[in-house]
Amino acid sequence: MAEVNTGDGGGGHGKHDKKRAKKASTRIDMTPMVDLAFLLLTFFVLTSTFNKAKTMEINFPAKPKSEKERMKINNALTFILTREGKDEKEDGIYYYYGEFYGPNNKDGKPATAYTKTDFSKEGLHKLLLDRNKPTIDALDALEEKYKKKEIADTTYKRLALKEKGKKEALTVLIKADDKAVYKNIIDAIDELNICNVGKYAIVDMGQGELDILNAVKKK
Amino acid sequence: MPKSNPSLDMTPMVDLAFLLVTFFMLTASVRVSEPVIVDTPSSTSEKLLPDNCILITVDNKGRAFYNINNGEVRMKTLERMGQQYKIDFTDKEKKRFAGMTSFGVPIAQLKQYIDMEDPQRLKVKSSGVPLDSLHNELGDWVQFGRIEAARQAKAQKDKADKAGRTFKYEPMRFAIKADGQANYIAVKQIIKVFTDKDIYRFNLITNLEQQQK
Repeated sequence: MAEVNTGDGGGGHGKHDKKRAKKASTRIDMTPMVDLAFLLLTFFVLTSTFNKAKTMEINFPAKPKSEKERMKINNALTFILTREGKDEKEDGIYYYYGEFYGPNNKDGKPATAYTKTDFSKEGLHKLLLDRNKPTIDALDALEEKYKKKEIADTTYKRLALKEKGKKEALTVLIKADDKAVYKNIIDAIDELNICNVGKYAIVDMGQGELDILNAVKKK
Repeated sequence: MPKSNPSLDMTPMVDLAFLLVTFFMLTASVRVSEPVIVDTPSSTSEKLLPDNCILITVDNKGRAFYNINNGEVRMKTLERMGQQYKIDFTDKEKKRFAGMTSFGVPIAQLKQYIDMEDPQRLKVKSSGVPLDSLHNELGDWVQFGRIEAARQAKAQKDKADKAGRTFKYEPMRFAIKADGQANYIAVKQIIKVFTDKDIYRFNLITNLEQQQK
């Protein structure tokens, strides 16, 4: 009995084993393929995504067709960018309000004095926030309205744009001398964007302005 | 209780993985090594660079490099430049030029530059595309690139009109990618090349910087 049993059991087991082995052979082990697939996936994810560059859009003023066309700017703030210090390694930024008057001008106005500032949060950023307060306040009020759903988003955008382009709004002129580096210009424009200054332009520096700048730097 | 199978079915996962691999492979563009490495300044602007653009790179020494990212327009532009400066470029050279990236050599040396093998080309000391008023090659490159891009856009539009599709016209943009330490005068010269051609709107390429509140 025992023998038969063992034989039967053994035979049965043998049969069963055989069947299972056959069944298992139809399945392919996919692990290496999956490994490879994910390796490639990781590679492409890491290499492909970061290549679209970010840009800053800027409009330059068209050349005026005649001298008469030059418009008068109210509420102007002029920044003068340069490099200074030992070996001219440090960024220098000066500003003045309103129009420029040379040392011996016809109108008999006092010569424009430059004030020094810097690119830090306490310098340029604070100055612009102060000067541009009416616009920033108006924009904040608009945003509040928009958040309360009193105005639609298209209206909000249009009004915000209008507010920034108002006649009384702060206009910033950026002037750079021969020594200034590109980074300074970008930093200045970036700060203007952050502080919601809608009207700004990069313009050439006059000789009178350059003379004062050189005098100020020598001090 | 049925015996649970310890090996799970991985087929859907593999399908997904390969789908993603295929997607990334097809969308990835081959990065061609640029002749100069430029360290752009950072800003908070989040706008993306449009596809259709003429790109001028300015390195920290003030040299200018020119690039159009559309191969077909590149080829046409090279042809026009060849006519202008009386240099014959063979079809093979035009094809090679179409696949190239920014270059910073005067047109007189361009033929030689195109004929070089890639690793050799990287070793070339570029002098920059000349842009002074007497020899304003950059201005010509910009002008012809612009004309050819407009022509190509028009051809595409005609084709789309014929097929009854709508064609979304994307205007050509002009991008300047300058090194943060480049002298402003160098950038100003490039801008003057553009403003002389009545182009007043630019894209300045910057790195993204987190806005501090």
